[in-house]
Amino acid sequence: MTRFVEVIARRDCKSFFTSGMEICRRRVKSRPSLRGDLTATGQRGCGSGRVVAKSTAFRYQKHEPPGAPWRARQPEDGMALTFKGGIHPPEFKHFTEDKALVEARRPGLVVIPLAQHIGAPAKPVVGKGDTLKAGQLLGEPGGFVSAAVHSPVAGKVLKIADHPHAMGGLKPAVIIEPAEDGGDGEWELMEPIAEPGRVEPEKLVERIRAAGIVGMGGATFPTSVKVVPPKGHEFDTVILNGAECEPFLTCDHRLMLERGEKIVRGLEILLQITGARNGVIAIEANKPDAVAHLKELTKDSARISVVKCKVKYPQGAEKQLIKAVTGREVPVGGLPFAVNVLVQNVGTAYAIAEAIYEGKPLVERALTLTGPLVSEPKNLWVRLGTPVSELLEQCGGLKGEAARFIMGGPMMGMAQHRFDLPVAKGTSGLLFLPPPPPEAFTEGPCLRCGKCVDICPMNLVPCDAALYSRAGNLDEAERYGAADCIECGSCSFVCPAKRHLVQSIKLLKPSVLKRRAERARAAK
Amino acid sequence: MDYDILLYAMLSLGGLGLLFGLALAVVAKKFAVEVDPKVEEILDLLPGANCGGCGYPGCAGYAEAVASGEAPVTGCAPGGPELAEQIGKVLGVSVENAVRKVAVVRCRGDKEHARDAFTYYGVPRCSAAQRLDDGPKACVYGCLGFGDCVEACKFDALVMGSDGLPVVIEDNCTACGACVTACPRDIIALIPYDEPVFLGCVNRDRGKAVKEVCSVGCIGCSLCSREKGNPNGGIKMDGALPVLDFDHEDHDFSDPLRACPMSCFVRRLPAEGAADDENEDAA
Repeated sequence: MTRFVEVIARRDCKSFFTSGMEICRRRVKSRPSLRGDLTATGQRGCGSGRVVAKSTAFRYQKHEPPGAPWRARQPEDGMALTFKGGIHPPEFKHFTEDKALVEARRPGLVVIPLAQHIGAPAKPVVGKGDTLKAGQLLGEPGGFVSAAVHSPVAGKVLKIADHPHAMGGLKPAVIIEPAEDGGDGEWELMEPIAEPGRVEPEKLVERIRAAGIVGMGGATFPTSVKVVPPKGHEFDTVILNGAECEPFLTCDHRLMLERGEKIVRGLEILLQITGARNGVIAIEANKPDAVAHLKELTKDSARISVVKCKVKYPQGAEKQLIKAVTGREVPVGGLPFAVNVLVQNVGTAYAIAEAIYEGKPLVERALTLTGPLVSEPKNLWVRLGTPVSELLEQCGGLKGEAARFIMGGPMMGMAQHRFDLPVAKGTSGLLFLPPPPPEAFTEGPCLRCGKCVDICPMNLVPCDAALYSRAGNLDEAERYGAADCIECGSCSFVCPAKRHLVQSIKLLKPSVLKRRAERARAAK
Repeated sequence: MDYDILLYAMLSLGGLGLLFGLALAVVAKKFAVEVDPKVEEILDLLPGANCGGCGYPGCAGYAEAVASGEAPVTGCAPGGPELAEQIGKVLGVSVENAVRKVAVVRCRGDKEHARDAFTYYGVPRCSAAQRLDDGPKACVYGCLGFGDCVEACKFDALVMGSDGLPVVIEDNCTACGACVTACPRDIIALIPYDEPVFLGCVNRDRGKAVKEVCSVGCIGCSLCSREKGNPNGGIKMDGALPVLDFDHEDHDFSDPLRACPMSCFVRRLPAEGAADDENEDAA
């Protein structure tokens, strides 16, 4: 059965109006709840509507063959692009959204983990006692899917040793003692590329790889690998992800407002590398100032548009953003290149611009240190490798005891229990929350209410996938979608019985994915 | 009343029944699937709990595997040596003396002795907690106490004690090994049933690192592997963790039990001769 009907406003299609709305109403009756669908597209009661197709995947194949010209969906003013499902958690952005990015103090100790990205860890090229310049290479990529790491400060290598890692356990890291004189005098930069338009794309990709750039939204996939599609595929669209749909986080927002020029330049470079015709900057509607600012910056560019997305979680998830902006649906088990789209975080675009125009490797990033327990929540411009404890000190410390500390956003971030962890390439937020009420984590039995099914942005059945995941039943867990879960946590958020849905699915997901990969290999 | 109708009905239905019965009988004889009579015989002997401890899908799977010589006759742990002997009789093979085993929990870090690194609110399971920075326990080798093993046990041989460590009810334990597989930290092991002493720790760190997290953890002093602590031999060091060799001739782990400075060894059966009340019983 098709899962949803999509309605798109078309003032010039009055003739379709009646039939379109009728189909919608019928669907409303035939399904337990279509509330999500209608509000999701923001079309309830709008003047005209048209059913485009029963499934977007179908529409894409039929009407938009790869490579055919298209435009980003252009909704009427005041309407925002979106996808099916999702939730709207309290935003809590008021803590920091008006606070400008502040340069954090130079750290007293720098810890650079060799594994800050998806893929093989970097191989260290420095040894104990080596004197470093800021920006110097510390570790080269350990494989094709890997990224280089650089020193954010001038100083001396204390040791290369195991250090607590944000993903759990101890992982090898280069520990650096910054030079006493401030250490900022000497930078070792790469040759700037002043006119990237005249350089071959391969050179630009090489530079991105040399600068150690990875996806800065949190997934940390090496950008140099992502921008080159596999053979037989090409990108026609590059979407810059400025949705920042996680509650609390505001660093991308501030980055767009304060350093928008470089973000746009980064997007231009991405367009050149991929040869894509369209560049879209997608921003959630709760950041009207950022939308206006970037619209102003890109008003002369024919290829780049800025679109407003509905305020909804997980609007910034790759597949959901593609769906919202282009209407295309990434096939099951597929990646965005299958629908010719490249998605990059705005922070990544900023890092690319710095690497190309200034030759600067990825050694700094914006992050939000926030939460009700923090004395002075701030948006910080931080050198990678700075221990969390030092940043917390600069924000006035904690107001209460026994906080919950989350690295990343509250929905998808990792809970941590130590403050000596370093800021890594994928750290977008440091969140300090009060201890939860005890009943918040007491599970009740599944009510079979279907709320999780209604809101799942991947159209899965979280309640059953979770049950089977806990029972270790690979077949059934996969049938109900454990392999396609994006781990956004919407289901756990919405569950009235407070079941650990996404947590349970995450338990079995690696095994399900492994089996799926084995099956794919066997089929070849 | 017309009795003819009754008669015809009985005759026709009876005739049909007879016909189908005959057909079934013929077909059953002609197309019979040949089943090794031994399989059925063995299946009757097996406990029928379908615990899967043998590694085959249920008792029927194991019976087939044994009959075809694929699985060893001692493969059914719940049945024990008596069953192995019976199966051996059916198959006409002699059974080497199968050793009865029992599960032991190799961790003594209860709530009192082992420190927690943080409070865990997630899915109340060891396998889930293990994935969040190696679990809430400060000792990354110790028992997490959420009871994955208790859930895995089909014979009610494991219960979660109030101190946060599982307790083996040895009378119920069939050594099927389900708990060994379920434990994400490899804390539960099967040892011969008549071994009175085992090592109650699997921590592979040394000295200070262990003492920081647990007051009854093995610090890797290697005393038990040396002549001084264990004159009868049978213990070798694997890194910082002693490995007990239960097959070693004339081993007696009562000596290291007395020598161990951290009292990591556990006595689960009373000592021969004099009762040794000093050590807590594992069960």
